[in-house]
Amino acid sequence: MRKLKTINMINMLIMLFILIGVSVTSCKNKVKGNGADKDAASKVYVEPGKHDEFYNIVSGGFSGQMTVYGLPSGRLLRIIPVFSVDPTTGWGYSEETKPMLNTSHGMVPWDDSHHVALSLTNGTHDGRWAFINGNNTPRIARIDLKTFRTVEIIEIPNSSGNHSSPFITQNSEYVVAGTRFSYPMDDDNSNPDVPISSYKQNFKGTVSFINIDPKTGNMGVGFQVLLPGFNFDLARAGKLKSGDWVFFSCYNTEQANTLLEVNASQKDKDFIMAVNWKKCEELVKAGKATVKKVKYAHNSYSEITHSGKSDMITEVKMLDPKQYEGLVYFIPCPKSPHGCDVDPTGSYIVGSGKLAAIIPVFSFDKMLKAIAAKTYEGNFEGIPVLKYDAVLHGEVKKPGLGPLHTEFDGKGNAYTSFFVSSEIVKWNIEKLEVLDRVPTFYSVGHLSVPGGPTNKPWGKYVIAYNKITKDRYLPTGPELTQSAQLYSIDGDKMKLLLDFPTTGEPHYAEAIPAELIEKNSVKIFKLEENKNPYVTMGEGQAKVVRKGNEVHVYMTAIRSHFTPDNIEGVKMGDVVYFHLTNLEQDWDVPHGFAVKGASNAELLVMPGETQTLKWIPERVGVSPMYCTDFCSALHQEMSGYIRVSPAGSNVPLKFSTGVTEPAAVSSVK
Amino acid sequence: MIRINYLVDKVHLYHERYIKTFTSELNLNHMKNKMIISTCLVLGLFVWACGGSDSEQQQNVASTETEEPARKDDKKGIGSIKNVELTHPLNQTMVGDGEKVYNLKCSACHRLTKEKLVGPGWKEVTHRRKPEWIMNFSTNAEEMLSKDATAMALLEECLVRMPNQNLTEADSRNVLEFMRSNDGEK
Repeated sequence: MRKLKTINMINMLIMLFILIGVSVTSCKNKVKGNGADKDAASKVYVEPGKHDEFYNIVSGGFSGQMTVYGLPSGRLLRIIPVFSVDPTTGWGYSEETKPMLNTSHGMVPWDDSHHVALSLTNGTHDGRWAFINGNNTPRIARIDLKTFRTVEIIEIPNSSGNHSSPFITQNSEYVVAGTRFSYPMDDDNSNPDVPISSYKQNFKGTVSFINIDPKTGNMGVGFQVLLPGFNFDLARAGKLKSGDWVFFSCYNTEQANTLLEVNASQKDKDFIMAVNWKKCEELVKAGKATVKKVKYAHNSYSEITHSGKSDMITEVKMLDPKQYEGLVYFIPCPKSPHGCDVDPTGSYIVGSGKLAAIIPVFSFDKMLKAIAAKTYEGNFEGIPVLKYDAVLHGEVKKPGLGPLHTEFDGKGNAYTSFFVSSEIVKWNIEKLEVLDRVPTFYSVGHLSVPGGPTNKPWGKYVIAYNKITKDRYLPTGPELTQSAQLYSIDGDKMKLLLDFPTTGEPHYAEAIPAELIEKNSVKIFKLEENKNPYVTMGEGQAKVVRKGNEVHVYMTAIRSHFTPDNIEGVKMGDVVYFHLTNLEQDWDVPHGFAVKGASNAELLVMPGETQTLKWIPERVGVSPMYCTDFCSALHQEMSGYIRVSPAGSNVPLKFSTGVTEPAAVSSVK
Repeated sequence: MIRINYLVDKVHLYHERYIKTFTSELNLNHMKNKMIISTCLVLGLFVWACGGSDSEQQQNVASTETEEPARKDDKKGIGSIKNVELTHPLNQTMVGDGEKVYNLKCSACHRLTKEKLVGPGWKEVTHRRKPEWIMNFSTNAEEMLSKDATAMALLEECLVRMPNQNLTEADSRNVLEFMRSNDGEK
């Protein structure tokens, strides 16, 4: 009965929606209605125990993390700790992972992660790595898709607000990073003490090209390009014929330093910047770059030592495009462009002016012709500005309000998100004709077609990542869930299939066929390969060693006990390091470790892995420790005690597990 | 079948808090196992009858069907090891390699004496079990704990499922050699 009522209500709402949709033409999406297709459920239903077709790898926004969902079900599979500490797993708290969050500012426990880039070979997904940017303290992280763990984080020097990042070139040669916020840079590229109002004289921007080792994925700052001071927003690498170029959207060419909302919206046009990275690379190889003194952290994590290390690097190569022709050009683009997206053929660059009433589509071929003929309308701080009409393929007229981002289906169609009018609009790239539009609930930001930024989109769906959910879910007080919406793009018309809540605030995301990743997924770390300096290779090696006031506990975990599980002889003033090795070699058997009063975190240790928790006892007495990850029928028994005696007491260092283990004493001075 | 065991294990974990004794837990475990197998069988047959082509379901049917006729227990266990040729005297390299594997992956639960810790002590294990059984159990514990009468009886005694410690066939053979040495063979 209740079901019938619901169906009737849904039908009524759909009818209502259609009626209102027909009568309202401009501000279309104020309509309340579920908006879903009648047979939507069957298209997103993944049977219990069956796997999804796509991994959806999504940025976490202000959470600083990366999240992984299955599509079409929208099921949350994992939250990968990247830039933000995670006391649940110990990320950023365990001694092994602490170096990963080191920067030139010291340890930074948080960031704002906006964009995902999946590694490419020949312009298509290869399923090896995911890259993500840290916006606040400029960084790029690499996640290994075999383990879904962060394995590398590189800080970007001469940058602040790393927003136009980490967009990737077609063979994963580079991921890029551009300064959202220009700031003062003098000859030493330091950050001198100058008045903020001296923006036009002193502030500069840079874009960085972070090279990627084709075998290991290791990143390095290849080179930077010094640019006029304004805001670099988003980017896309060219494809196929435009593969040597990267395009960046630029706003605030007014060079305002206050009330940008108004003052950076004065000009009719800002820029899309075209950078010929191949030419830059040749110049750098030929020794034409200037070496600048900088300081930035490069952190990497080894799954063999199960440890991270942080290196501080002090030099970077900088190119000045004013000195070399052919490196950088500006293309005028209406009204504070945000998205800057290249179609799968590499022929067209779509600019999305946040305040524009049209979508300009630029032609790569025309751009080359304009460059060859020097069809300039002038220059900006010595960098040529091409003529708008000379580069324009055409404009999409009246597409909607507030265009932000565009993805592609590989069938000649583009899908643009509209924040203000809350919709996705499908249009034909060649003909510039609007073909279809669907409402989003509400205020879509980024959108993603599986493989949408590659040469060969996988198509099938477009996912909207919304900024506002308002009434779409059960209310949870002032703070509501963020959300994504899945639409089918198989037919001529887009159809809403599913809403699903997301963690953090999702910005850009990519989706990749599961088969490209699933088969490579690591199940365990092999104990035999564990080279952590504090590994315990078997229970017989478990021990407790004192080094001055440091007490090192070499501990093992296996269903369902720790060895040692009774520790005595620790004194006030000691610093205890629990080095826990998980001896399990079976999939999905992590062990957790917690000790009462630990002011940092717990540990979650994967099979075959070693992780270390630092514990500074703050009171005398016996503290329990236990496994926090339900591991077996006798999980509740997986526990132990550590005794802390007053400073200067003569309780000997002792450790044991079980009555059969003879109590032993170890004391190293 | 591995999947089924895994599920049972999880189900069993989540029921743990409601269950008073390990014996009843074990019974529940068996009951659930049977239920799941029969559900798979029914589902599998349904798919087959409807001309379904889902290979995973088909496999479940196959594995449960082969289980149906009472298998004559040759006491060699279940797994890839059909026949082990023991050699004399003991290969000391293998004994040494086996001991390394024992120290790393087995010693947390098994003593070298007769004493039971989490699992049974290893003293005289080579007298109690056929070499094939030992190698199959150490490389294929999950399946044997659900199908092999001897392994299932051991589970009732020890109440902890022996984990898959990811031993290769060579590791397992070396461990066997080490066990023989531990039992006094030369």
